[in-house]
Amino acid sequence: MRYLVILKVAFRALRRNKLRTALTMLGIIIGVGAVIAMVGIGNGAKAQVEARIAALGQNVIMVFSGSINRGGVHSGFGGAGTLTVEDAAAIARDVPGVAAISPEVRTGAQIMAGNNNWSTSIMGESPDYLTIRQWDLTDGTMFTEADVRAAAKVCVLGKTTADKLFPEDDPVGKNIRIKNVPVKVLGVLRSKGVSMFGSDQDDTVLVPYTTAMKRFAGVNMLRSINVQAATPEQMAEVQRNITDLLRQRHRIQPGADDDFMLRNQQELSEAMTATTEVMTALLAAIASVSLLVGGIGIMNIMLVSVTERTREIGIRMAVGARGRDILLQFLIEAVVLSSTGGLLGIVSGVGGAKLITMIKEWPTLVSANSIIIAFAFSAVVGVFFGFYPARKASQLDPIDALRYE
Amino acid sequence: MNTVIQLQDIHKTYRTGEVDVHAVRGVSLEIAQGEFVALMGASGSGKSTMMNIIGCLDRPTGGKYSLDGIDVSKLSRDELADIRNQKLGFVFQGFNLLARTSALENVELPMLYTRQRPAGASLRERALKALDTVGLGDRAGHKPNQLSGGQQQRVAIARALSNDPALLLADEPTGNLDTRTSVDIMGVFQKLNDQGMTIVMVTHELDIAQYTKRMVVMRDGKVVGDTPVANRLIAANELRRLQEEQKAVQLAD
Repeated sequence: MRYLVILKVAFRALRRNKLRTALTMLGIIIGVGAVIAMVGIGNGAKAQVEARIAALGQNVIMVFSGSINRGGVHSGFGGAGTLTVEDAAAIARDVPGVAAISPEVRTGAQIMAGNNNWSTSIMGESPDYLTIRQWDLTDGTMFTEADVRAAAKVCVLGKTTADKLFPEDDPVGKNIRIKNVPVKVLGVLRSKGVSMFGSDQDDTVLVPYTTAMKRFAGVNMLRSINVQAATPEQMAEVQRNITDLLRQRHRIQPGADDDFMLRNQQELSEAMTATTEVMTALLAAIASVSLLVGGIGIMNIMLVSVTERTREIGIRMAVGARGRDILLQFLIEAVVLSSTGGLLGIVSGVGGAKLITMIKEWPTLVSANSIIIAFAFSAVVGVFFGFYPARKASQLDPIDALRYE
Repeated sequence: MNTVIQLQDIHKTYRTGEVDVHAVRGVSLEIAQGEFVALMGASGSGKSTMMNIIGCLDRPTGGKYSLDGIDVSKLSRDELADIRNQKLGFVFQGFNLLARTSALENVELPMLYTRQRPAGASLRERALKALDTVGLGDRAGHKPNQLSGGQQQRVAIARALSNDPALLLADEPTGNLDTRTSVDIMGVFQKLNDQGMTIVMVTHELDIAQYTKRMVVMRDGKVVGDTPVANRLIAANELRRLQEEQKAVQLAD
């Protein structure tokens, strides 16, 4: 029997019970649609995390001031100062492959500009900081190495801070007061948005780290040092060299713990993407359950259909259909049912993902892979769940089938 | 004349639980090409079982059955399906047409399952020719529910003819029809028989059997009578007689 004819027969049988066919298909449509939409959400979240990590900067190594042990009391990382400006200078001088370096000091303060005031974080950095973070200015200029050497009273404002302090005017060239020190605004940073940790990266003021240490924080130690390696390949070597250099400078005995800590954004990104991958897998697994339920629906309907059409099967056998012909007919019917459902499921899945993006503003990313896999899976569901009813049909005895009322 | 059916000491035993039911106990029968045989008997006589065996729907538990020169008593399920497809045409009491499927497609059905399709005319042409033979060439597109009982049985006969069978097998073909339509259908069979078709018909109605040429009577799984039909009825004449009777009734009113 020609396959085209079987296909035609299958379509006719499905058309005969439109509502039943539609409801059976709905199970597969929901299953495939859910898989595609859920994987889309997972992939979207992953892409977003990756973008945010990339926004931290390329090849960035963060050296944090370490935990020190004073009388048995451990301070946290970054809490106690173990890193000095000289450490940073030594790294810049002695470690090959360092492209940019920015010592960092942080503090917070109430800032005033005219009648406006705003509490924000003060970040002491070097001019290299913008290179490291891949950040730039929309207005004005960055402070210079000369400003750093002079601990000049200059700053650049984050977008949020600029908007709060200067709702109407252009801040560049104006003075603000930080802890009663007048500071000149040199520029405004481009908006970077919310960090992956949920904080507003634009709610900040950048000042030379020397200025921050002397005038605002009153410390002589650094919180951390941001280092950028020239290439991703050099990351490991640069990290090793920094560790060796700092251990030597801090006179740490072999076997003793570091009093500083190195982190790079690859580690962070791996941890974060691993999390989203687990989430994606979980979502897909839950969605697959609905596909399975859809498959059981197909089996159920095919069993009903075989019983209902026992006489038809008898007629076909009487005029010469082999068991295999009958098996193929019902199997193809199940596959047509499931794969048509699969196609509609793709449409609903892609549409559903778009809708989620629109309503909840979640980023979704529907990949061709997930579409192909979901569709193939739906066809396999058809074969798997259609086989038992089809085999049952093919094994009917023609005499009994013809006599069936 | 060629022998179409050759049955030698056919036995059929059904095992239902503890008791063995001997439905057919040693039937030997030969039917030559061009014969028109009525297989008769009361219910339980074994005629339906014989019909299933002759129709290759069932295998005998003993004996030898040759159909058109082929020993079919030992064939597998699939081989029997092919024999049904190539050598046999079935006409059933309840017509057994596929519902919501046009007459033409119903007639095409056996040809869809033919493995080596003969070259030449397309399925459609052959199906239309078969419909023409039974006088329904103009109803090809009609579905069974748009046709009368007699017309449906004609479609079933056309379906049985579509693959040029060696034997036409009819199981109570007039059981669901009124007298007039029954005679009409018997007319179709007689016409086909005149053209050389071998026909075996199972029936329990003596007046229908009168249209055949030979009556085989079964009782308790055995053949108890095998006689030529003496006063054979001709369907065309009977139809004319029925029409005149009807006219007479109308005049009397």
